[in-house]
Amino acid sequence: MFSKIWKWIQTFSSPKYFYGTAGKLIPWFAAGALALTVWGLYLGLFVAPPDYQQGESYRIIYVHVPAAWMSLFIYVAMAVSASVGLIWQIRLADVIASASAPIGAAFAFIALVTGSLWGKPMWGAYWVWDARLTSELILLFLYFGYMALQSAIEDQRTADKASGLLAIVGVVNVPIIHYSVEWWNTLHQGATVTKFDKPSIDTSMLIPLLLMALAFKLFYAALVLVRARNEVLYRDRNRRWVRELIQKL
Amino acid sequence: MNKRSRRKMLVVLVLFGVSVATVLGLTAFQENLLYFYSPAQIAAGEAPDSRSFRVGGLVVAGSVQREEGNLAVQFDLTDNTATVPVSYDGILPDLFREGQGIVAMGKIDSSGTFVAEEVLAKHDENYMPPEVADALKAAEQARRNESI
Repeated sequence: MFSKIWKWIQTFSSPKYFYGTAGKLIPWFAAGALALTVWGLYLGLFVAPPDYQQGESYRIIYVHVPAAWMSLFIYVAMAVSASVGLIWQIRLADVIASASAPIGAAFAFIALVTGSLWGKPMWGAYWVWDARLTSELILLFLYFGYMALQSAIEDQRTADKASGLLAIVGVVNVPIIHYSVEWWNTLHQGATVTKFDKPSIDTSMLIPLLLMALAFKLFYAALVLVRARNEVLYRDRNRRWVRELIQKL
Repeated sequence: MNKRSRRKMLVVLVLFGVSVATVLGLTAFQENLLYFYSPAQIAAGEAPDSRSFRVGGLVVAGSVQREEGNLAVQFDLTDNTATVPVSYDGILPDLFREGQGIVAMGKIDSSGTFVAEEVLAKHDENYMPPEVADALKAAEQARRNESI
């Protein structure tokens, strides 16, 4: 049983097999992401009612919240694949990790910018140094650190090792971001959806939010596969299967 | 121990070490990580009295007094345990209203009034349409009338 799984992992993680399979999967993920985004945005911006306190401006949560969730999700995905790459030395895992970093950084950046734009009219300040905002900013810097290490070290295996360790170390920041609003007094409000209680958001507002969250997940899946395929081609540029691929063009 | 499990140990140890260091660090800086003090903490004398700090709480309903002709405003801030009077001279954020949570930055003066230099609104994690909020309020009112 176990050896079967191991064999399957080895087949799938061979760069050549991955390149082909990922290429077939990308259109499905991309189409799903597009459809869900259109549906989610339509429900969120036109159908969902305004909020009793914030009026129309709460609608920024349909971008802000999924982006913030994705910045955490992608970091965990990156750290897990980095440790798989480190422990079992599966090259594809390192590729996935390094392909994820810029996408996660972009989502963290979007979360920070949209939050700041909303914060000015609602809180009265673009930025405050409370625990939630600060820890999310640190997450963005962790992504930058990972990317910097990846490109600063010439030798690919050393680069993967060093940046992978940074990704693993940075994982402690993830629970801090999530629980910051409970552990300390913050200006940022507490969790609405991801708590053990019933979500404290009206169903008509929750459904578009979940649709958008799913849309962002599919978008990430499509994008990470595109980037990973690129990376695999680049890393294997001197191998035979890539040369054969090029000759076929 | 083979190489693979040694690497596994390394990753686990690194994670464990960093987590312990973070927990210790955060505990040590617990106080500095608080974005604001509550009125109860001020009443208990936990807030600094020489430098500015932030206080957070709910604006007491019916306590907001505005002055004619300028932006000066006074209100009481409560956490349902203690209450602090606050005075402020400036533009208030959109979400500032009675019963709403706010965070003010400033100092306590000699008379015990908190003189704010900045007022930020802190909103809660509840999102609902206005009709639902009205219905909830009506239900609350009915419940109260019943208990009287």
